[in-house]
Amino acid sequence: MLAFIIKRLANAVFVMLSVTFLAFVIFTAVGDPVDQMLNEQATQAQRDDLRERLGLDDPFLVQYAKFVGRAAQGDFGISFRNQQDVLTMIGERFPATFELVLVATLISLVVGVPMGVITAIRRQTWYAEAMQFTSIIGVSLPSFVVGIGLILVFSVWLGWFPAFGRGETVDLGWWTTGLLTPSGRMSIILPALSLSLFQITLVMRLVRAEMLEVLRSDFIKFARSRGIPARSIHFRHALRNCLMPVVTMTAMQIGGLIAFALVTETVFQWPGMGLLFIQAVTFVDVPIMAAYLCIVALIFVALNAIVDMTYAVIDPRLKGADA
Amino acid sequence: MMAQPIAASKEPEAATPALDVSGLSVEFPSRRGTLLAIDDVSMQIAPGEILGVVGESGAGKSITGLAVLGLLESPGRISGGAIHVGGRRVDTLSEKELTKVRGREMGAIFQDPLTALNPLFTVGKQLVETIRLHSGMSKEAANDRALALLQSVGIPAPRERLRQYPHQFSGGMRQRVVIALALAAGPRLIIADEPTTALDVSIQAQITALLRKLCDETGVGIMLVTHDMGVIAETADRVCVMYSGRVVESGPVAEVIHNPQHPYTKGLMAAIPSLHDRVETLAQIDGSMPRLNARPTGCAFHPRCPHAGPKCSAATPPLVSVGVTRSACWLQQGGTQ
Repeated sequence: MLAFIIKRLANAVFVMLSVTFLAFVIFTAVGDPVDQMLNEQATQAQRDDLRERLGLDDPFLVQYAKFVGRAAQGDFGISFRNQQDVLTMIGERFPATFELVLVATLISLVVGVPMGVITAIRRQTWYAEAMQFTSIIGVSLPSFVVGIGLILVFSVWLGWFPAFGRGETVDLGWWTTGLLTPSGRMSIILPALSLSLFQITLVMRLVRAEMLEVLRSDFIKFARSRGIPARSIHFRHALRNCLMPVVTMTAMQIGGLIAFALVTETVFQWPGMGLLFIQAVTFVDVPIMAAYLCIVALIFVALNAIVDMTYAVIDPRLKGADA
Repeated sequence: MMAQPIAASKEPEAATPALDVSGLSVEFPSRRGTLLAIDDVSMQIAPGEILGVVGESGAGKSITGLAVLGLLESPGRISGGAIHVGGRRVDTLSEKELTKVRGREMGAIFQDPLTALNPLFTVGKQLVETIRLHSGMSKEAANDRALALLQSVGIPAPRERLRQYPHQFSGGMRQRVVIALALAAGPRLIIADEPTTALDVSIQAQITALLRKLCDETGVGIMLVTHDMGVIAETADRVCVMYSGRVVESGPVAEVIHNPQHPYTKGLMAAIPSLHDRVETLAQIDGSMPRLNARPTGCAFHPRCPHAGPKCSAATPPLVSVGVTRSACWLQQGGTQ
């Protein structure tokens, strides 16, 4: 187990180094940051001074090493646009994105897993067929269309939910949450639903396929021959054997959802990291873009590691050396 | 700890057979007509008796077992006859009622012990679940019974084994666990479908000996489905030879082996290699069993039978007593002409 963890960590470090390298190349390739940081009337002396302070005269690899060293301590520099600390800016936006992704993931599991089980065990019924059919729509609609559609129906026509923003938030000191206020909860529903629609379909189809596979297996037949009731067969014996790929996919997709959230956050003007990134792109605010890239990569890598650890909990065969 | 009695605590009814199948037919509706997989099959198993059901692949042995358990895969369905387990008719029960009968009255052992156990639950958990489902015992009592069951199927260090997962058991040990699970609620009947086929030869003998022992000790009736005459010869009391969905011969094992009546059985026996007579080539029955959609008229065996006459393709011979065995062949019923 220790060797496994060490290998896992080494792997993660390598991935992170690659990503920071890429981020750094972007950082340096987009142009001389000094031009963007000083105004046109700056003297050459001022320029040289800034170059010196930013360490831009060092060789490439030294600069990279310094970048990694600072990034590892959470220092991504300051935003070109409003001279604020990048990590603070992202930190302020992170809770919004995280809550959005969390709620979307919960929705996709709570709705997707039962739908998958139902479509698998009640294959010939009209409602299972209907779910199957609707799921095709869920897969094929682009998320900005879904978002705009939801806004049109539920905000503009019905007026049930706010069309944009996060509502009131509560500042917990290290975290701002919208989940504790009524307007915050109302605001998160539409964007989370829009973000989770694709996810629901994915979870449902995966659970259905896995269930059909598991229900054919010998141990299900043997369990039935022992008189285990259908409910226990389906939800205890079969579903648990389906959960591995679902856990993998859900966790992997959290990274994907953060990426997808770019679109959703733009459509709903959700003040998260994605919106910040889109704004940074329009202003060529390289430090923010680089930091966003590193943080999303870190989330991906961390999720990967957590998924591997979770396997050991769900499936005893992967635990210990005798696996 | 003291081994608790494993035997079913049901009142012994000497006259009631563990299994009574009469005139069973199973059909599979398909687009190109209905296929008759089992045609008018009857068999009885007394408590404490092992009935070997032997035949080639596709003869309908496993289907018969699944029909008894009510586990026929759709669209297969019972189209005729009756099945009684311990005197209770089971083929007319609803799925819900069947769930209560399965495990408690009848159990099953399947071919591959490697895939028969849920990999995500400990052996103890699976045993306790099954025991409590049928007995309503407390967790502690069920745990004690699980321990006794593992002991009775010959698993060493059962207390430690209860906490282990199926993947920590060898194939033979897993089949012992499967047997313990099938016995968990003290059923009257066990359908053992090729229980030794997936095991090493050395383990096979242990498992058949175990089945024999449990049968004698607990009075459970066993339907031993196999294509291996050797297993039947060692284990079974009586044997039932099936061919293309019908019983062609049945009787006491020794009698059927040494004095087979039906030409198909004779062919089967001749195909068993013997240690005493060294031969260059093994005897075999030419041809293969007909497919369900191309079953010959009359006796289904007649195209391969060396004694076939005109009568064989015209009418299906009934199963009649010939000495102590029963055989379905015109040869013993006035000739094939």
